[in-house]
Amino acid sequence: MSHSAENHSHGSIKEYVLGLILSIVLTAIPFYLAITKALDVKITMFIIVICAVAQLLVQMILFLHIKADEKNTWNIATALYSLMIVFFVVGGSLWIFMHLNHNMLMGH
Amino acid sequence: MSNTTHSELHHAAHDDHHHDESEKVIFGFWIYIMSDCLLFATLFAVYAVLSNGFYAGGVDPKSLIDLNFVLGETALLLFSSFTFGMAMLYAYQKNEFAMKAWLIVTFLLGAGFLVMELYEFYHFSHEGATPFSNGYWSAFYALVGTHGMHVFWGMIWMIAMFVHFARDGITESNLIRLSCLSLFWHFLDIIWICVFSFVYLFGVYS
Repeated sequence: MSHSAENHSHGSIKEYVLGLILSIVLTAIPFYLAITKALDVKITMFIIVICAVAQLLVQMILFLHIKADEKNTWNIATALYSLMIVFFVVGGSLWIFMHLNHNMLMGH
Repeated sequence: MSNTTHSELHHAAHDDHHHDESEKVIFGFWIYIMSDCLLFATLFAVYAVLSNGFYAGGVDPKSLIDLNFVLGETALLLFSSFTFGMAMLYAYQKNEFAMKAWLIVTFLLGAGFLVMELYEFYHFSHEGATPFSNGYWSAFYALVGTHGMHVFWGMIWMIAMFVHFARDGITESNLIRLSCLSLFWHFLDIIWICVFSFVYLFGVYS
């Protein structure tokens, strides 16, 4: 049992090649849009974020082999906890600073 | 016969013990990776805040960022993440020659990335965008530079791995070390996805 689980967690050449191809596609799309400026700014930024999140998940699953099985419970629990802290730190900072102007009474 | 059974049992228990041990070490390293994530989160938060109007008359990032150049850096790091995966596969197959060959390719791709990044920093500084120019460029160099330092230490670690492999070959403890380094290296490519998306691609629209 432990051996099959072990082989599973190392990944296979198929997983790495698939991860590489998906990563290339998810890198090419946002770079193409930003270089050619083919689309509206807001739509481009939205696509950049979507592609970044997608590539993040692709590499987590196919390169780091983090899958939602019993063996990875603690890896996923700590990753979700970290994600929550990241959200507080980045989201919280932006939230505070975006509203700072309104609270400073400088010419408003 | 009872002797054999006993030694087999003992051997199996021994293997399990090693297996548990290696999983504990790798999980411990995963916790370090998560704490490193938080370090980068604070740097991204600082960058996000300071990229909103803290230019103070300095050089505009829009005029400096060359996306084709960044695409080159991105390609080097992405391929190095893939080649490290190949090295891991051959390490578990105990194919030392193939593992070392893929590790050398990974090392060279990492070196190429660092050289491009240093050239970019040199070029930016030459154009008047130094870490001391204003809040925006301080945050830029802190974030991108910290990632670059991680890549640098990853390469030092690879050299250390070559010493380990030259001395002991592919042993259980060397496999644990290589697994931790592979987590570290893949993690750096994941951080770079955020860097090229939110610093460089967003940067040309700022």
